[in-house]
Amino acid sequence: MEIALSVNGREVARDVAAQELLLDFLRDSLGLTGAKRSCDVQVCGACTVLVDGLPVSSCCFLAAHAEGAEVTTIEGLAERPEFARLEEAFTRHAALQCGFCTPGMLLTVSSLLASGELSSEEQIKQSLAGNLCRCTGYRGILEAVADLAGVG
Amino acid sequence: MTTTVTRPATLTHVGRSQPRRDAREKLRGQAQFVGDILVPRMLHGKVLRSPIAHGRIASIDTTAAERVAGVVCVLTGADLRDIDPYYGHAIKDRPILAIDKVRFHGEQVAAVAAETPAAAAAAVDAIVVDYDELPVVATVQDAVADGAPLVTDRPTTPGLFHGLGELPPRDDNVCYRYALDRGELEAVLARADIVVEGEYTFPSVYQYAMETHTVIAQVEGDEITLWATCQHPFLVRAEIADLFGVPVANVRIQVPYLGGGFGSKSYTKMEPLTVALARKAGRPVRIQNRVAESMVTTRRHNMTCRMRTAATADGRLLAREVECLFDTGAYADNGPRVVATAGDAAPGPYRWAAYRIDASCVYTNLAPAGSYRAFGATHLQWIGESQVDEVARRAGLDPLEVRRANLLTPGEEVRAGGKPLDADLVGDVEKVAAAVGWGEERRPHVGRGVSVGLLAAGAHPVSSAVCRLEADGRVVVLVGTTEMGQGPRTVFAQIAAEEIGVDPERVTVRGADTRFTPYDRSTGASRSTTIAGLAVQRAAADIRAQLDRVADASGIDRGDHLALMRKHFGFAGGELIGRGEVAPVGTGSYAEGPVFWEVCVGAAEVEVDPETGFVHVRRTATAADVGRAINPQLVERQDEGATLQGLGNALFEEMVYEDGLLLNDTLLDYRVPSFEDLPEQMTCVIVENQDGPGPYGAKGCGEGALAAVPAAVVNALADAGVPMSELPLTPERVWRRIQDLKEEGKWQQ
Repeated sequence: MEIALSVNGREVARDVAAQELLLDFLRDSLGLTGAKRSCDVQVCGACTVLVDGLPVSSCCFLAAHAEGAEVTTIEGLAERPEFARLEEAFTRHAALQCGFCTPGMLLTVSSLLASGELSSEEQIKQSLAGNLCRCTGYRGILEAVADLAGVG
Repeated sequence: MTTTVTRPATLTHVGRSQPRRDAREKLRGQAQFVGDILVPRMLHGKVLRSPIAHGRIASIDTTAAERVAGVVCVLTGADLRDIDPYYGHAIKDRPILAIDKVRFHGEQVAAVAAETPAAAAAAVDAIVVDYDELPVVATVQDAVADGAPLVTDRPTTPGLFHGLGELPPRDDNVCYRYALDRGELEAVLARADIVVEGEYTFPSVYQYAMETHTVIAQVEGDEITLWATCQHPFLVRAEIADLFGVPVANVRIQVPYLGGGFGSKSYTKMEPLTVALARKAGRPVRIQNRVAESMVTTRRHNMTCRMRTAATADGRLLAREVECLFDTGAYADNGPRVVATAGDAAPGPYRWAAYRIDASCVYTNLAPAGSYRAFGATHLQWIGESQVDEVARRAGLDPLEVRRANLLTPGEEVRAGGKPLDADLVGDVEKVAAAVGWGEERRPHVGRGVSVGLLAAGAHPVSSAVCRLEADGRVVVLVGTTEMGQGPRTVFAQIAAEEIGVDPERVTVRGADTRFTPYDRSTGASRSTTIAGLAVQRAAADIRAQLDRVADASGIDRGDHLALMRKHFGFAGGELIGRGEVAPVGTGSYAEGPVFWEVCVGAAEVEVDPETGFVHVRRTATAADVGRAINPQLVERQDEGATLQGLGNALFEEMVYEDGLLLNDTLLDYRVPSFEDLPEQMTCVIVENQDGPGPYGAKGCGEGALAAVPAAVVNALADAGVPMSELPLTPERVWRRIQDLKEEGKWQQ
């Protein structure tokens, strides 16, 4: 089936199989490898992308369901002016190590910041519980996000 | 090892929390991992794995699989008859694919190479295998019972990197034994006033590097090229060369960024199978594990242990006896080294009159177990340290006081003939205790605990590095260390910048490519900053010395590198090459090691809910006794990461088996720490006594906290009234223990 959608602000029309996952579509058809495959069961958040501004696990989201949607991957987020703040805070707090979870983490954070929902450290922890990071122990990420949200 | 480099009087770049050199690439999603690499004509590989834990392969029928559209080839054990298909760096006991028998649930039985992942998956489903099931050796107790079936009847052939002495012939399931015996144990026990003893169990744990094992292999004639998620490319290179009968230099392994390792990517994992499949397919092939597959590729050893600790009535530690059985699964993997390291950690860093340690590495029909951060120490520190706390309770002393009285001091012998203690453990434990409010008033059901241990670190001290000073004044460092998040590219840039006298921004450290980067034994055992870092320091100092010679002869300012280069080469080209090497001193044997003792010191404050058994960790503290922190922020981040992994190991991580079958093979059922498991307060105390053998007095870090934290949590929970002898401390287990304590009249409200 053919789908038409916007990916990182560019119109895309492609043939996809009915069962094709958004993650595979982005990585294999469009070469956008910033979204990572890890748990396959919507637990780890490494495959997170934004669909119409909201974070989804692209490992459990059919490409066909993105028909007509605006999809943002890390490659698109990195082109936006507001990315500079995220980059600066995550770098200053060393809020990354291996970098495998980092794109998904940043997309979730950007969506939360845009919604203005982050008003306490507790809320940051709860809101980011769907993005696992095995390396950092979360402290650096918490500090960076608290800075960005003006919390703490 | 001795360093010939003179430490600069003042440090410009070392000791500063400079930003990670890889931050930009990683934050923007541009960092390349093996799964992001496309090789022309690359096929997709998929593995058929055993659905049973032990059985004879009666037949394999690949006819239907080969007919699936898009399939290029199907590989079975029968395709490996032209080579000796057994490998294993410690013991050569593992076939590339199961031959005649399967020995664990998930073992590789066949593999398919196809044009698309879907075709490969369909073909795997179409392979028909008949098994005759055999009795399953499901636990270490089954394995060492009289008349237990043998998991493997192959002779114990040492691997290329065994390094653990003579391997006696084997007629049971014990593949390796490590024993230490010191003093007259029985005589010392006889005069003890306090003897604490118990039986303990530690679960099987999944390392969960978020990037699963992924390998691309290409075979062209006798040239083998790999892109692999491996921590130790040079050791893998040697094993691949040995297996496929090609010269070592013909095997090229490129390692881009690794998405975490933690030991799960140490030594050889999916590389031999991928090479064998690519060899048959005649085209490059990629195999990318799913999480369930990585869980049966390697895991942390589960273990049972009996321990007793003897002391005088006034809390002087006298003797310790330890017997433990480590479940290494169907193939040894790194089990022997894990067991030896556990044996070294078992006594704990105390002044004993006697101890006897007997640690066994045991084959069972579970998936192979290997390295995971702080192996051996994590297994045993919580047991030994809970017994030290029990001695303190019975002697009526503060646990901290017992440690002050009994801990080894710098320069004292840790293990006969080995490296003396190179750390101030009393100072370390006092710092972490203070950080969790030791001695402060506390509510009911709140407890505090400390723990102290040592981990034999550094692995074999063989590393080399090359620095190239280019004609534009930029420096490239070539070193085989793999970047899996721990930050070597940043730290090495700081070291090279310091020695040469350039801005770290002008130093580039690239990934490992065995064709071009010089030899580095491995990335693990907290060795990279200390040993590879020393090689980098020497290579950079070599450049500095060359520049200084030109400066001395010409009178040109020693800081004007471009002018010095132009003077030396006579034009605006050429490059200076600096060479650095680290090799062992003495006989280089393991007995003289370790290169340094990694300090495992931590403290915790927990609160237990008696109604639910839930353990909430309020505060943790760890000591990063690093000698010199090249980059303090990265040191802290290492300890924080290890702390959360330690909390996972202590509180809920456990691979659950039934008759050898893994039941929880997804992240839905196997829980790892999330943001919500972050303690309210997590302190990392950096200790810099410049007492390490690495550059500027550095020694490694990043593992010790993982051993220290579970032990501190166990002790804190006991302090809150719930002594435990089984990990993880799940609410159910803790609640049941509380009910038992109530029945015994030992529960205090």
